[in-house]
Amino acid sequence: MSAGGPATSTGAKWSLLDLVRDKEIIVCTGSGGVGKTTTAAVLALEGAKLGRKAVVVTIDPAKRLADALGLEGLSDTPSKIDGDWPGELWALMLDTKSTFDALVTKHATDQDQAEGILQNRFYRNISGALSGTQEYMAMEKLFELHDEYDFELIVVDTPPTRNALDFLEAPKRLTRFLDHRLYRILMAPTRGIVKAVNVAAQAFLRTVSKVVGGDVVRDAIAFFQAFDGMEEGFKLRAQHVLRLLSADQTAFVLVAAPHHDTVAEATYFASRLTESGIPVRALIVNRMHPRFSDASPIAMHERAKTFAGTDLGGLYQNLSDFLLVASKEEEHLAGLADRVAPAPVVRIPFLRTDVHDLDGLGEIARHVFREQPAQLG
Amino acid sequence: MQRLDPAQFFGTSRVVIVAGKGGVGKTAVSAALSRAAARAGLSTLVVEVEGKSGLAAMFGQPPFDYDEVVLAPGGGPDGAADVRARTLTPDDALLEYLEDHGMSRIARRLATSGAIDMVSTAAPGIKDILILGKVKQLERGNAADLIVLDAPAAGHAIGFLRSARGLIDAVKVGPINTQARDVLEMLTNPKRCEVILVTLPEETPVNELIETAYSLEDEVGISLGPVVVNGLYPEVGGLAVDPAEAAKEAGAHLHPGEAEAMRKAAQFRLDRMELQREQIARLADTLPLPQLWLPYVFSPDLHRDDIEDLSSRLAAGIEALVAIPAPEAAS
Repeated sequence: MSAGGPATSTGAKWSLLDLVRDKEIIVCTGSGGVGKTTTAAVLALEGAKLGRKAVVVTIDPAKRLADALGLEGLSDTPSKIDGDWPGELWALMLDTKSTFDALVTKHATDQDQAEGILQNRFYRNISGALSGTQEYMAMEKLFELHDEYDFELIVVDTPPTRNALDFLEAPKRLTRFLDHRLYRILMAPTRGIVKAVNVAAQAFLRTVSKVVGGDVVRDAIAFFQAFDGMEEGFKLRAQHVLRLLSADQTAFVLVAAPHHDTVAEATYFASRLTESGIPVRALIVNRMHPRFSDASPIAMHERAKTFAGTDLGGLYQNLSDFLLVASKEEEHLAGLADRVAPAPVVRIPFLRTDVHDLDGLGEIARHVFREQPAQLG
Repeated sequence: MQRLDPAQFFGTSRVVIVAGKGGVGKTAVSAALSRAAARAGLSTLVVEVEGKSGLAAMFGQPPFDYDEVVLAPGGGPDGAADVRARTLTPDDALLEYLEDHGMSRIARRLATSGAIDMVSTAAPGIKDILILGKVKQLERGNAADLIVLDAPAAGHAIGFLRSARGLIDAVKVGPINTQARDVLEMLTNPKRCEVILVTLPEETPVNELIETAYSLEDEVGISLGPVVVNGLYPEVGGLAVDPAEAAKEAGAHLHPGEAEAMRKAAQFRLDRMELQREQIARLADTLPLPQLWLPYVFSPDLHRDDIEDLSSRLAAGIEALVAIPAPEAAS
């Protein structure tokens, strides 16, 4: 494999820059701790530099980055970041609960229904904690931004869950929850068929009550009663979101770190996306160790042993250490790069400091869009 | 100044919860801690809650699940005790709980109908409490001298440990309430339980560790043990020496390009080591907890030898902890 130009080390037909220039939506996905939030900010900033009106939706930025992006506290609406670029850069931090509240209000038939749900304790638990809710709301926010604002580029960070692709399932999960047998059992009384609820179901509810306490079950029943009639709106909305995610103007960018376990997770994400009919448009690998030469780490280690106890021995050992790490990183990445081909693989080196301001984002952008470390071998 | 004996250290709390964000090496630390405790003669049980962590592979063993396995048998010339391990899942824990409480007939139905999903939606934290309740049962039942709980990753650790307090408010009566009270009692008793936080010597992980530490103390009232700083580059000689000079000194000839590669690699390590020292100092300034340091392991997949080495270093670090600051100092 020959060394390529910027961002095209696998002979890709497009570059990350093309995505930032041409796509309307970029979704950054990957497991937690791999630099997704920062990467999302870098992509949006680059969009602004290309003259586009760009917005980045972050999930849980480190505090100093949030400050740099002007995100003090939760802000559910985009705020503009001033800077010296031809386009515009906007940012917002996802507030799962208020996004869910807005969704409920939107779909409620009247104010009373909305209030009934928003005040319900069961709802308040769900809106914060139902597994997949955060993922779902990130996508909901994306849809809202796409539908109701005039951004040319929307970059979304996805939540750092162990299974970062839950958002693909999230709309389904919520609707499946609404189709759940228990839901139907609970709903039965309002539909005037209370006698039809069979004895087994009643016993079942009593059991659930026994374990979690009657309050929880009563809250749940009240919630489902309040929710009655809203399922269709929710399901429809969920379908729109999924359609937008698989549309051509949307690009999924997989963010990874070159460790064995994170690459394994990224490989799994790539397969899941492909199965869902969503191709990975670029792979960004953060925190790559530099490869200082193309010598074999074993040979260097042998020489370190030969010169053990001398300064030269230490220098050989150190070189061997990093060559070993770099070769293992490339080894881990090889399968993943094949899996996402022909998407470009962008390698970002270990940087001296963490990113917490626009200059730092610019520094990463330089690596991402302009200077690719030479790939040896 | 009195040196701390590892057996005494590990005897402080029956349950040690290892927590930290993803990628900081939490599982490797759990493995090293458990092996260090076993070598100090304490029978040790590692409890996992997520599975697929690679813990078994670190000990050269096949993956395990709910049933307990021996990861590292003791009994060698060093008099070590066994390291055992098992995975806990909320579903299994619930089944067991119901069976133990005379509800075995409905237990299976409850589990297969998806009721647990619905129940845990109704009162989030129930899954966590089922796990912690099981850990508490293991602790009360003297399942091992030391129980090492490899906590869920990322931001979940705080939620996980906060679940007991939340549930006591959310579910006022019944077995879940009782369970939550019992769990909270365990979590807040330093003789029964402490948390060891793991981080990397880097800016963001250190910040997150500091936040987590204060939240755990303030919101859960849980006692914090030493902080493990993982991934410190080990010292190597000669890094500050010019490669050409070093070669001349050793009477060796360098291959073309080698000097330049050595110089860059040496500079890289020196830079990283300096950054790491800065972060360690900052952590010490901000969080008055003793630190245990573990080296960066250059071989990418950890094996039994690496775990053995890490556990020796942990034990040495523990012996060097002359005094753990009084609780007043940590607040």
